[in-house]
Amino acid sequence: MADLSVDLAGIRSPNPFWLASAPPTNSGYQVMRAFAAGWGGAVWKTLALEPIVNVTSRFAGLNAGAYRMIGMNNIELITDRPLDVNLDEIAACKAAYPDRPIIASLMTECTPQSWHELVRRVETVPVDGFELNFGCPHGMSERGQGAAVGQDPELVELITRWVKEAAHVPVIVKLTPNVTDVRETARAAARGGADAISLINTLNSLIGVDLDTWLPIPHVDGKSSHGGYCGPAVKPIALNMVGACARDAGVGIPISGIGGIADWRDAVEFMLMGSTTVQVCTSVMHHGFRIVGDMIDGLSNYLDQRGLGSARELIGKTVPRFVDWNDLNLDYAIVARIDPETCIRCNKCYVACEDAAHQCIDRPADPLLAPVVDEAHCVGCNLCSMVCPVEDCITMVRVDAGDSVHTWREKLSVPS
Amino acid sequence: MTEPWPALGAPIAKPLSHLEVRVEANRCLYCYDAPCMRACPTGIDVPRFIGRIASGDLLGSARTIMDANPVGASCARVCPTSELCEGACVFNPDQSPIRIGDLQRYATDWAIQSDAVLFSPGTPTGKRVAVVGAGPAGLAAARDLARLGHTVTIFERDPAPGGLDTYGIVPYRLPAEIALWEAEQVRALGVTFRTGVTVGETLAAAEVLGAHDAVVLAVGMGAVPRLGIPGEDAEGVWDALAFIRAAKSGTFSGSLGDAVAVIGGGNTAIDAATASRRLGASSVTMYYRRGEERMTAYDFEIAFARLEGVEFRTCTLPSRILVENGRVAGLEIVATDPAGTASVLPASERLVRADSVIVAIGQSRHRALLDAFGVSYGPTGIALVDDAMQTNRPGIFAAGDCTFTPGGIDAMVVEAAQRGKVAARGVDAFLHEAA
Repeated sequence: MADLSVDLAGIRSPNPFWLASAPPTNSGYQVMRAFAAGWGGAVWKTLALEPIVNVTSRFAGLNAGAYRMIGMNNIELITDRPLDVNLDEIAACKAAYPDRPIIASLMTECTPQSWHELVRRVETVPVDGFELNFGCPHGMSERGQGAAVGQDPELVELITRWVKEAAHVPVIVKLTPNVTDVRETARAAARGGADAISLINTLNSLIGVDLDTWLPIPHVDGKSSHGGYCGPAVKPIALNMVGACARDAGVGIPISGIGGIADWRDAVEFMLMGSTTVQVCTSVMHHGFRIVGDMIDGLSNYLDQRGLGSARELIGKTVPRFVDWNDLNLDYAIVARIDPETCIRCNKCYVACEDAAHQCIDRPADPLLAPVVDEAHCVGCNLCSMVCPVEDCITMVRVDAGDSVHTWREKLSVPS
Repeated sequence: MTEPWPALGAPIAKPLSHLEVRVEANRCLYCYDAPCMRACPTGIDVPRFIGRIASGDLLGSARTIMDANPVGASCARVCPTSELCEGACVFNPDQSPIRIGDLQRYATDWAIQSDAVLFSPGTPTGKRVAVVGAGPAGLAAARDLARLGHTVTIFERDPAPGGLDTYGIVPYRLPAEIALWEAEQVRALGVTFRTGVTVGETLAAAEVLGAHDAVVLAVGMGAVPRLGIPGEDAEGVWDALAFIRAAKSGTFSGSLGDAVAVIGGGNTAIDAATASRRLGASSVTMYYRRGEERMTAYDFEIAFARLEGVEFRTCTLPSRILVENGRVAGLEIVATDPAGTASVLPASERLVRADSVIVAIGQSRHRALLDAFGVSYGPTGIALVDDAMQTNRPGIFAAGDCTFTPGGIDAMVVEAAQRGKVAARGVDAFLHEAA
């Protein structure tokens, strides 16, 4: 069995699967259950000097067809329990599971005194690291905390420096995706001395409006405000931001990936794009802590089948392949081929190509025959293979000679 | 209509639950130029109506169904979907097809329960059209003629509309209220129903012709023909359709006895056999003159009858009904050639138990009525029509069972509805030409 252990900026973990700072890490009871199930680490629900007050209701789900909770939105704030209670429970969890890192997520007022005080008090228990919550997009941002800080690179750098002045354990800065270019704040965190970054926090969102009542969803006594969006539907956004930071020379610090990770396959993708650990929340809220067993076994089996001895061998391997559009080979050419044997004649490929792509799939006059690709006009866009419900029925086949590379950058001599 | 005979029991097919509907409606691929749609005789846009269920637009879904098929609620229950839409579903080779019939039932049940208004009458043309017969073909023709703005009167000999859907299909497959709701949709478009009027008997064909600009004959078929064997007039011998009508409407009285012999191999024979079981007959046997593979009943109907405890004896003909005190006391049968030619084998007579005999060997044709309208018919008595369902008499159209080839596979409710639609278009074109 492959070695699943990882090391994020000095925080060692028996596997890369951490619980994100969120409702599943609200209490010692939950974190104990999570560690018993096999989670490698946990980022505690964000601590503050004083507990906040939450509203009812707090969550809402986005369904896609019969699939529940492809996305989720929340307006819950950070911990609503006293700091001392949380610290006692952290100490108990560490005593029971000394090999599992517990990261304390922190948020407080934007003064050095306040941050120093919070770090000092939390370090009275054996936490393995801090994660600075610069990302919470709702509620706390209206008080000048969370995303209000995380959207300003100067504040990110400043606060990171304050925390580093006081902290004795590694400091991770959690980034908000609600910015124009996440690399700006990632670089600021690095300048401030952060040991790692984690991303993404949730996206600004409103999940829906009730068609009967015309109230926003979820509502609190008839009103709502924007919340934080997460779940499988945000994965592509998160993966892009992780990859952008991973290949940016100005960032250059380890990454804990977050955003829509639901199974071991997602985890492998985030690690290939540069994540050392991955953090999970929504999938646990959907299915419970037990999913980590499938993630551990799935990752382990995958590594074994590929002959890899360690999960660490995955980290960042795809990053060199993630480049600017200007560096893509304009001579590379693929076309779609439809296998008439496995085609079930649903004609989804035909109508997709006809209406939304390049009109290069023809239907024979006999509707019992499979559609045929006009390869001379196919641009290799993949759309037909995406809408095809049959695995491997439509394959994309390389048709260029494979011996020439021309990029847009070369063509226009765009400086890199 | 009175309540269905309670002993006949509840409908055999349960409606889908809301969860099943959500899963099933979302499982549909929404194929383009979908095979299910091509396989529907009325051309219901199946992906569209299922997609509208998935998006929560049940009004739009029901309208999509009923627009293409004016008896779409009945068809949701009685169509042989495995031979039509579901049989054509692209999922068939690898997984179970989408339950199109059940989803169609879900949407039409919603329309029934919510009193939805699906259609409105067209701008009045001032043209008067008579439709003779309020079965599926007649209702379909009347519905579309009313939507085209014509003034339509339906003449129906029975007290209630719906034809075989109301009277001739067992209630556990098709409750009468479904067909009556469909008729009510037609009535709501301004169509006049004159029930209890038998054209050609209580109302002369000439009167109908004289008062209308066009006529659609959707008269269906007549009584089950006689077997032509001794004992046929005894008490306890039933015309299968009369028996099902009595059972369905709750007017069945008397006793079938313990042993029932059903003569025939079609879907009506199956209905009579299963209804007999449900009315308490301990032994019900279907006698068919050829092999089982030649029976015109659908395979799933034969399987259902077996589940209900019906026995089958194929390659067998009744030769004599034994009568005691004016009542059936037994049945003499003869064997036929096992090769399926239906020719009787010599000296093969034997007696079997029978307290009742139900005859389901097809239906006679309304030749006299066609004669009264001057409509030509073929040697089997089916009205001869062109592609627009027009007969040899300009302005007189025909649709439904009275146009179906005997023993053909087209004798379905859904096919009758389609021909009614075609006849309506034909009438409309005829009236415009005449104008």
